[in-house]
This record gives sequence, structure tokens and C-alpha cells, in this order.
Amino acid sequence: MQEQATSNVEVKPADPSKVRKLWTIAGVVGIITIAEIVLALVWSYPRDIVFIAAILALMIAKAFYIVSEFMHLKGEVKTLVWSILIPLLFVVWLVIALMFEGNATGEARGVLP
Amino acid sequence: MSDVSASIPVDKKNRWMGGNQPMNASYGKLMMWFFLLSDALTFGGLLVSYGMVRYAHPSYLGKLPEFTFSKEYWPVPEKVFEAMPFLEGHYPLIFVSIMSFILILSSVTMVLAVEAGHRHDRKGVVKWMLWTMIGGLAFLGCQAWEWSHFIHGIDGVGASLASNPYGPQTFAQFFFFITGFHGFHVFSGVVILFIIFYNAVVGTYDKRGHYEMVEKVGLYWHFVDLVWVFVFAFFYLL
Repeated sequence: MQEQATSNVEVKPADPSKVRKLWTIAGVVGIITIAEIVLALVWSYPRDIVFIAAILALMIAKAFYIVSEFMHLKGEVKTLVWSILIPLLFVVWLVIALMFEGNATGEARGVLP
Repeated sequence: MSDVSASIPVDKKNRWMGGNQPMNASYGKLMMWFFLLSDALTFGGLLVSYGMVRYAHPSYLGKLPEFTFSKEYWPVPEKVFEAMPFLEGHYPLIFVSIMSFILILSSVTMVLAVEAGHRHDRKGVVKWMLWTMIGGLAFLGCQAWEWSHFIHGIDGVGASLASNPYGPQTFAQFFFFITGFHGFHVFSGVVILFIIFYNAVVGTYDKRGHYEMVEKVGLYWHFVDLVWVFVFAFFYLL
């Protein structure tokens, strides 16, 4: 029974260009990670807002590659893409907004210069 | 899913007569996407609160070589996370970078398993899912070491929810909650991977005629990798 069911499943050969593309994207994600670590290790203290912006930008770039290529969101219907991305854009906005808000809170409490 | 739509007559003009898939995605995949969206909102809540509390505390304003741990300012991550297993000395951020690369690699092996599933290649699916599980377990092992080092603390003072020798108390609390919540996701990811791996080995998906379950667990696994991208940037870099 099982043998009969499996025998009609045809194994298609792998497409080398597809596999190579997947490794390339992994390489890009790895290089961005290395760039992040190098930035974090060489950037002098105290850190300024340029450093924070650079790390956030690299982080978003990495997230873009993972979601669009590995999770293959770019191959989905536009409606699905937007129904996933729009709620997340609000979260990204909230993260950045509350970093500034936290700073303002610290200033109001007098613990920040 | 073509076998399903073939048995039900599809009314192209009236979308409410059934037989078609909203957004051209199967039920299971669509629900996985929406589950991941809600999970992203949960992690978003944790990271939003972390970002706010982090910048409500003063940053360290001196030079790096003179840095000492203090409750007065947020600690410099490369001074907190600078240990390596089995090695003496200072290796700032190296261990956590290795953890990141393990997770990225396990993401690649997962996407290769999905690719093999598209080709109905059971051997490929089994091989690449096994590598993915090994990557996940390696990451969990690294995190266990990282936690025990953090809990061990410095100069006899350990880090916990009630004490933190590295800096403000909230730093330790956020560390435990956020990396712990992520680690639990990795753990449940490995469990789900194993279930799907077992099904693939015994031939369930050959009988079913498609390997969509591998795709769904792949989505979950990439999401775990994605969350680590954010946790890594917020905790170890900023």
C-alpha cells in the first residue's frame, strides 16, 4: 500500500542556480552581520545617533532579506504582502518613537543630562 | 492543493461560492503567516519596552578602556558579553556572533529542505531538516552557556531578576525575558521540526502528495531567525 503510494511520486532534479541563489543570500546576510559587529567594535564611545541609525538600518536590511527571500514573501500575492507588512511598520515606528520617548522621560526625571 | 480545487467546481465570477483560496495561499500557510504576525507583535512589545527603558537610562559617557560596571548608567554590551567557553581572556561579542552565524546557517539548511520538498525529494528533506535541528540544538546549547555565565555574574555577585552586577536592574530583567522568550521559540521550533522530520521519514508526505508542512515549519523557523536579528541588534550592539 505504502510502496504503491510512494512509487508514483516523481523526484525532480535540483536546480543548481536556485540553490546557488539561496547560498548567495545567506552570504549577504552573513556579511551584513559581520558589518554590524565590526561597527559595534570600532565605533568610539560615547555613541552618537549616527551609530544607532546605522545599526538599525543594517538590521532592517537583514530582516528584509530573510522575509523576502527565505520566507519567500515576495512571491506571494500583494494583498498578503501588505497585510503582513503594514502592521509591522507600525511596530517599527513604535520602537523608534519610544526610544525618543524614553530619552524624554529620563530628561524629565532628571537622570539624563 | 490542486486535487482539492479539481473536485469542487470553481465559480470564477462569484468568489463567495467556495473552491478558491484567499490570497492564493493555502489555509495552513495563511494561518502560519498570521500566527507569525501576532507573534511578531508580542516580540515587538518586548523590544519596544526595552528600547524605551534603555534610553530612559543614561549611557556611558567616558572612554571604553576606563569602563567599569555601575548602576548609574547602562552597561556597554561588549564589556558584558566578552567571555568564551574553555578560553581565558576577553573576546568581545565573539561568542554571540558565533551564535548568530549558527542560526543563519540553520536558516539556509531549512530553506534547502523546503526546496527539496518542492521537488518531492524525501532524502533531501530528511537530510536538510536534520542539519536544521542540529543547528537549533547548537544554538540552544550556546544560549544555555551564555545564560549560566550571565547568572554566575562577576566578583561573587550573580545576575538574577533581583540583582544585577553589570548595571541597572532592568537590564538583567530584559535580558532574561527577551532572550528567554526567543530561546523558548527556538526550543519549540526544534520540537516542531522533529515532528515534521519524523513524518517525512516515515513517508507521510509522499502519501499526501506534497511537502507543504515542511514549508510551514520553515516559515516558523525563519521567523525565529528573524527575531534573533532584532534581539541581537538591540541587546548586543546598541
